[in-house]
Amino acid sequence: MSERTDYLDLDTKDETFLDATELVLNMGPQHPSTHGVLRVILKLDGEKVLGTECVIGYLHRGVEKIAENRTYAMFNPYVDRMDYVAAVSNGLGYCEAVEKLLNVEAPPRAQYLRVILTELCRIASHQVWLGTHALDIGAITPLFYCFRDREEVLKIFEKYCGARLTTHAFRIGGCIYEAYEGFEQDCKKFCDAFLPKLDEYEELLTTNRIWGERTKGVGILNPEDCIALGVTGPVLRASGVKWDLRKAQPYESYKDFDFEIPTGLNGDTYDRYLVRIEEMRQAVRIIRQAVDGLPQGPIMAKVPKVIKPPVGEVYHSIEAPKGELGYFIVSDASTQPYRVRVRPPSFVNLQALDKMVRGLLVADVVAVIGTLDIVLGEVDR
Amino acid sequence: MIEYIKGYLSTGTTPGEAGNLFWATIYILLVIVGVSVAVLCMNWLERKILAHMQIRLGPMRVGPHGLLQPFADALKLLIKEDIIPQDADKLVFWSAPVVVTMTAFTTFLVVPFGRTHAVTDMNIGVLFMLGVSSLGVLGIIMAGWSSNSHYPLMGSLRSSAQMVSYEIAMGLAIVSAVLMTSLQTGTGTLSMIGIVEAQASQHTWFIFKFFPLGFLAFAVFAIAMVAETNRAPFDLPEAESELVAGFHTEYSGFRWSLFFLAEYSAMLAVSSIAVTLWLGGWMRPFPSLLGGPAWDMAFSFLPALTFFVLAAGCFLGTIRMPKIPQFRVQTIGLGTFGALLGLVGLVLLVPAVSVRVQDIYWFVVKVAFFMYLYIWYRGTFPRYRFDQLMKVGWKVLLPTGLGVLIATALWGLMPQLSAAITGVLQ
Repeated sequence: MSERTDYLDLDTKDETFLDATELVLNMGPQHPSTHGVLRVILKLDGEKVLGTECVIGYLHRGVEKIAENRTYAMFNPYVDRMDYVAAVSNGLGYCEAVEKLLNVEAPPRAQYLRVILTELCRIASHQVWLGTHALDIGAITPLFYCFRDREEVLKIFEKYCGARLTTHAFRIGGCIYEAYEGFEQDCKKFCDAFLPKLDEYEELLTTNRIWGERTKGVGILNPEDCIALGVTGPVLRASGVKWDLRKAQPYESYKDFDFEIPTGLNGDTYDRYLVRIEEMRQAVRIIRQAVDGLPQGPIMAKVPKVIKPPVGEVYHSIEAPKGELGYFIVSDASTQPYRVRVRPPSFVNLQALDKMVRGLLVADVVAVIGTLDIVLGEVDR
Repeated sequence: MIEYIKGYLSTGTTPGEAGNLFWATIYILLVIVGVSVAVLCMNWLERKILAHMQIRLGPMRVGPHGLLQPFADALKLLIKEDIIPQDADKLVFWSAPVVVTMTAFTTFLVVPFGRTHAVTDMNIGVLFMLGVSSLGVLGIIMAGWSSNSHYPLMGSLRSSAQMVSYEIAMGLAIVSAVLMTSLQTGTGTLSMIGIVEAQASQHTWFIFKFFPLGFLAFAVFAIAMVAETNRAPFDLPEAESELVAGFHTEYSGFRWSLFFLAEYSAMLAVSSIAVTLWLGGWMRPFPSLLGGPAWDMAFSFLPALTFFVLAAGCFLGTIRMPKIPQFRVQTIGLGTFGALLGLVGLVLLVPAVSVRVQDIYWFVVKVAFFMYLYIWYRGTFPRYRFDQLMKVGWKVLLPTGLGVLIATALWGLMPQLSAAITGVLQ
């Protein structure tokens, strides 16, 4: 990628600025629709966006540094606090990375349980995204529908591991909890009930003219830009690149399941919306297969009580709801990691914001932030 | 005194027409109180209806089913600290909500709630209403400018552009309705009462006149009026997710509540224009299809019946209240409220009262229908973007309104035209 020269220059005084033709607008960190504490500095010509600059770090908690002072097992709950909307996926990525370092593999039953919970979590995460995204564009009702149905997922989590949001469901080497009695039925019941609800969301939005006008052709990202910016997840797939780590580098038991990767054509906000809706359908498909084929057996691999991985480093990534979630762990053969570095999908995807909103209007900035599906806990860590 | 009141009640004119200052004052007070009460009701209804659309309950704590919530909110807003930002233009900041509220209330001067139930019958009534209600945008610009802050400024600029562009489409739709009033008499009228009487004498509501032209004009107006009052899906000036709160971001407490009051009374005002121009104003539905004294009798029971249904709803709520001591006060309160509504219903059964109230009842029912539509839109639609809003206004509504206007004129001239053509041919 060539050197970018079009950075927004806020420091030098603009000559036209005093002519009142340009306006620097500070959006956030306290703003209804920057999804937490994102601060976007917008340079505007009337309502047209000339450029943006993101200021992040308002939610920085030093998660990566904390890891250096915790044992491998102790650090596990911390990762749930990064992308708190999809805590299960975060836990999965971390546990798998350490397992890779230890060279152990979770038993099949644990793997299936993990897949079921992660896909449920994908649905829950996409529901939060859909609700807030629609709210940003001005449709207030889908939010309540989404949160009503997300509650069912959270109930399953609560029954399984006692927590609703920051679940800490998995342990290094497998799962610590056996599936509770009626787990399979609960999952199946959720799947049966959820698909009609999904149609309900679509009824409100997909064919709505205003929704179409607000999202079609807004925030277009072509495949080359996506790859250059490192964008992953539904945002990448909506641009037409068929890249999903569940298929490309199958982890857990994803190779056992039959599912499709939805892709878009135009790479606009509407396509990203359709891709995520379809992903929820595919997630239901995976859950049904996994519940039907749930094998019997142990749920925990043989992992030493005190985890001391051999000297080395590992990078492992999974397909989180928001994109590629990677963990890079360096071990110095002690009980604590030497260094942990997280590659959060939200952080990387947020880079594309400037590219997507240039030349659009202020209202589109809000729509694009929504469509990128960022969680500030994950951006700032 | 009583003779004086009785003497007035038997006349068939509005106080303004009769030049009766005493009754005009009484009517103005009644209108101000009535509109304020309507805004309070609307506040509660909007929250409840929207909540039920969104699988929520809405306010439930203050009073039974949250019935006292609007009063609690009003009280809270009144006793809040009055904040004027340091860098604000204080005089303009202070006067903006006053301007907005005053214009919103002034429009009700000419709204005919019934044949005699209007403050005055101005011969330029429609024009007066349009003119005064568009002054409201001045207050919004003042609010946005004087706040000396980015978001309010952008909100007020959006608002002014939006109102200016939608007023044209609105005006064209209104002109086509005014044209229709001239059909039988040859001279049209701009008087609100005159327009309703024209509909009565032509035995049709203008929405059905020259189908589909009347309906199209009505549709243009119904869309433009939503934009005119800055409500969803055209609520860009106060777009919550973009501009925080738009032009009233810096306002709080009582000043903010004035904006709120003005917004809702503006909604009532434009709805009453729509009702007057296209939906037959105070006339009851199907006066000719279901005519005759028997039907008149049946329809005259409806106001009382409405109140009885509301009372029954309250009593049903009383039965369904949890039977625990903590809810005793609420249960009694709801029962009393139901009894009051039932009492009003009983009073409305008295023939002398029901004849007088008939007009107002139908007018309020029709306006309430529009108010429900406003809430429904808000629950269903996403928000337009600014350029799309302008596109809808200038490229869709304006040409439609203009086309409808021309078509209406031609259709109205049809008899003369055909006579002229046949004359030439012979």
